[in-house]
Amino acid sequence: MTALTALIRRDIRIALRVGGGALIGVLFFLTVTVLMPFAIGPDLPLLTRLGPAILWLGALLASLLTLDRLFTADHEDGSLDLIVMGRTPLELACAAKALAHWLAAGLPLIVATPVLGLLLNLDASATSAVALTLLVGTPALTFTGMIGAALAVTLHRGGLLLAVLVLPLSIPVLIFGVAASQAAIAGPLSFGTPFSILCALSLVSLVVGPFAAAASLRHGLD
Amino acid sequence: MTLIDLANPTKFLSLTARVLPWLAGATAILLLVGLYQAAMAPDDYQQGATVKIMFIHVPNAWLAMFVWGVMSLSALGTLVWRHPLADVAAKAAAPIGAAFTFLALVTGSLWGRPMWGTYWEWDARLTSVLILFLMYLGLMALWRAVDDPSRAARAAAVLTLVGALNLPIIKFSVDWWNTLHQPAAVLRMGGTSLDKAFLIPLLVMAVGFSLLFVTLHLAAMRNEILRRRVRSLQMMQASQQAA
Repeated sequence: MTALTALIRRDIRIALRVGGGALIGVLFFLTVTVLMPFAIGPDLPLLTRLGPAILWLGALLASLLTLDRLFTADHEDGSLDLIVMGRTPLELACAAKALAHWLAAGLPLIVATPVLGLLLNLDASATSAVALTLLVGTPALTFTGMIGAALAVTLHRGGLLLAVLVLPLSIPVLIFGVAASQAAIAGPLSFGTPFSILCALSLVSLVVGPFAAAASLRHGLD
Repeated sequence: MTLIDLANPTKFLSLTARVLPWLAGATAILLLVGLYQAAMAPDDYQQGATVKIMFIHVPNAWLAMFVWGVMSLSALGTLVWRHPLADVAAKAAAPIGAAFTFLALVTGSLWGRPMWGTYWEWDARLTSVLILFLMYLGLMALWRAVDDPSRAARAAAVLTLVGALNLPIIKFSVDWWNTLHQPAAVLRMGGTSLDKAFLIPLLVMAVGFSLLFVTLHLAAMRNEILRRRVRSLQMMQASQQAA
């Protein structure tokens, strides 16, 4: 347990320091959101209607951008080999790394959501609905994205392939995240149904992600 | 003759060399008979002659999903049983499956234009097949991104199995998303209440296309085995020259 805690603390510390990349995601999230009104036009009612979808897309792309660093940095300096050879089960180590990544790079996205909601003319209840769905949905993005990051870490052109491999895995999360936000804002359907399924997707990815990532790391690094 | 006997690539090559001509012949005969029956099938009272696109479209769509299933079994063969030919089977199947998926999308699009008035509709089934196509492309990219075949095989096997888990979820979620956002205003074939005049040609075509897949798959596996032999011979030659 202490080994896992140490791993989580180390990863968060690295991510939050200069060049760690945790805050790059928030910056990218802000950029994507700011670009949307330029593309759509400053039509406030339209932005209100598209707001949840824009925020979800921005968060998804931002988490994809930061995922590239989940294993590559450790692979370059050799610490990934130590983690693979260590006594802690690799599945748990992968889960710990993903958790640290989510705490460092995923939570800031949720903290930034209220500010970005203002830019998209979302009222307080709509913004909190989007923030809540992001809170339960982004772990699924991180843990499924980890599979792609583990596959891509052993490739020479991994970063480019990561997007192609991960995006199909995140489609269901995107669908239910946006559906739950829309249901909370506009109705008429209940918020509970898509929200429960979003939670379920996160739980499934918590189970499947570490095992798949550990399998591809074991096979890819020898 | 069991699955383990086939693990020997030389045995596999000699067996498939004997079987392939017969398979190819049976495929050609079945597809010809199926196409003739399809051409002779009556026009639909609503769709007119365009209903005949079905005889090409439905077998392709069916095989698009079936091939992912074959790859998933091969992935288990790679990861669990370490069957030497499993990764060859998985690698050879991916482009064929992608081609079937592409044909299903194109024929469906051509059928959709006269029937629904649009080439593309964000309908549940269309969307999930499009994502299946994207996943095939991603898998093929992954196969080509690693130099060492056996390492590429294990990475691709993980992705294949994750995809096999993901595809039903996508199918189901897209269904949901459509019921949440828009009523399905799409004309659907009402169940499987097909008339015999349509059903028999369709089944013949389906069996014909399945045999086509088996033929192409075995031929592609033979090529892959030979490609690997060439690769190892080249490496031996290179190491001898270096010594």
